[in-house]
Amino acid sequence: MSGKPPAPAAEVGWELFPHDADTGVLGRGRTIEEAFEQAALALTAVVTSARVEAVSRVLVECERKSVELLLVDWLDAVIYEMSVRKMLFGRYSVMIEDGHLAGTLWGEPVDVERHAPACEPKGATLTALAVRQEPTGLWSARCVIDV
Amino acid sequence: MNPSAFTRIDPVTWRIEPRGTMRVPAIVFGDEELIRGMDDKVGEQAVNVASLSGIVRAAYAMPDAHWGYGFPIGGVAAFDPDEGGVVSAGGVGFDISCGVRTMIAGLRDRDVKAVQHELADALYRAIPAGVGSTGTLTLDEAEMDAMLDGGAEWAVERGLGERRDLTFIEENGHMRGARPDFVSKRARDRQRREMGTLGSGNHYLEVQSVAEIFDEGIARTFGLELDAAVVTIHCGSRGLGHQIGSEYLKDMASAAEESGIAIPDRELACAPIRSDIGQRYLGAMRAAINCALANREILGHLTRKVFRELFPQADLSLLFDVSHNTCKVETHVVDGKPRELYVHRKGATRALGPGHPDIPEVYRSVGQPVLIGGSMGTGSYVLAGMPTSEEKAFGSACHGAGRAMSRHAAARLWKGRKVVDDLAARGILVRSPSSRGVAEEAPGAYKDVGAVVLAAEEAGLARRVARLHPLICIKG
Repeated sequence: MSGKPPAPAAEVGWELFPHDADTGVLGRGRTIEEAFEQAALALTAVVTSARVEAVSRVLVECERKSVELLLVDWLDAVIYEMSVRKMLFGRYSVMIEDGHLAGTLWGEPVDVERHAPACEPKGATLTALAVRQEPTGLWSARCVIDV
Repeated sequence: MNPSAFTRIDPVTWRIEPRGTMRVPAIVFGDEELIRGMDDKVGEQAVNVASLSGIVRAAYAMPDAHWGYGFPIGGVAAFDPDEGGVVSAGGVGFDISCGVRTMIAGLRDRDVKAVQHELADALYRAIPAGVGSTGTLTLDEAEMDAMLDGGAEWAVERGLGERRDLTFIEENGHMRGARPDFVSKRARDRQRREMGTLGSGNHYLEVQSVAEIFDEGIARTFGLELDAAVVTIHCGSRGLGHQIGSEYLKDMASAAEESGIAIPDRELACAPIRSDIGQRYLGAMRAAINCALANREILGHLTRKVFRELFPQADLSLLFDVSHNTCKVETHVVDGKPRELYVHRKGATRALGPGHPDIPEVYRSVGQPVLIGGSMGTGSYVLAGMPTSEEKAFGSACHGAGRAMSRHAAARLWKGRKVVDDLAARGILVRSPSSRGVAEEAPGAYKDVGAVVLAAEEAGLARRVARLHPLICIKG
């Protein structure tokens, strides 16, 4: 789906997991922040298999007490920026402190010819939602995206 | 699902008796093969819904049910505010008032086939579809409020639709009780340039021909004849509805956690109907219903313009416009008494039986038209509500074929180009900006819509009237 194979469970990376009507995104990282960044890359892969250039930068912020609802907020923030700016993003950076997330998104306007976007994410759901440290020591962040 | 987990009431009705925290039974409709084909999650989710406060009679799953978030897609549940009933953002879905409209073209399928490529290209140019597309309208705040309050009626008043359509849209094209002031700035931002856009995923515009008639009398009342050309549009409230759904889902989850409300699963996030957040969600959701009704009216208007250029004699008349992701206040008779209930239909269509006062007068004697979208290759169905629809599932029926596999699996199995070529060889022209999007929506990724509608008929939910065969499909 991504143009590259899913990352093995012991490595930093992302993957898509199946859901009947929608699609699940999963990111793994050495920190929660990195897992959130990888989950956002999986979200981009829901839309396009093509490379997305880092032409311009967008800043987002969200705040939640629950780290899991913060993941949903973060992915929803990315979806919002995709929707209103008609952009796709290929690189993400996340900082979290006391339930406050500051994210940076790098991307470019949608190019229908080049990106051939498959579908439009509507929102992140609470289905299969989890943020946890795996036995490998890596953090994982996952949920189902309504598409 | 394993049918042995259910009590079999009849060949198409399966019941899970109340147990544990369940307040009412869960009832799933479908023949044994459809039940076996459903993910176990459908049963689990129906059981969870049956545990919610104030639920009345049963939690239902339609024959096209599949794993959703919180509620199963194809789920129906009614709640009584007098008994602590709840409203759930997940029980409506993110694409609020997603629905289907079918217009009768006043042409024969041979007329369409004579200009099939030209018509497909013209529709593809005229209908904004897919990720990154925008409509020709940009709404300022005053117009946004007017649209959220007025629905399809707003579109007609702006010259983007026809007044005669309104009779044939649920709620006469205007959902009362909308509260645009409960719609966030972010939701408005997402919609500002999206009026009159189709979207992507399973949304489509199809030109179809009437391939089979099951009930001559009802078909005549609906204006459907064999080989007649029709246009069917499937889409919803676009970014605005998605944003409202996302925001209230999280807010309801947070509110439930903070107030200690016990829900079987966090994704069932809900709030009492008689609560501040419940009322705010209902007001915003009704505004999103108006957005969807306006959006489909504008898409119908754009379609008419294309047809009139190619067929000056064409007069597209609206057969009906139904929504399948809603929560509506309806009166239903339960144990002999009329009660005002909040009926959630998530991936389920309202299917009012003959005589119901909310059905347009010309259709009232035969039942409400129920429009069921299939896949690109297999066609769609027009059904009609039955006298038994009310007692079976609060006047509800299925909404589509239901996916047989995930998008992920479909994209691995099929290539979009080949799907387009194979369908073209069968006389079905597909126009889409995305090859992968077509692969994810390949006909084989869906269940047999014929089996789904047959089960709906046998279950007494809605009867089959006509089958529609696709000729042109515009996908986002």
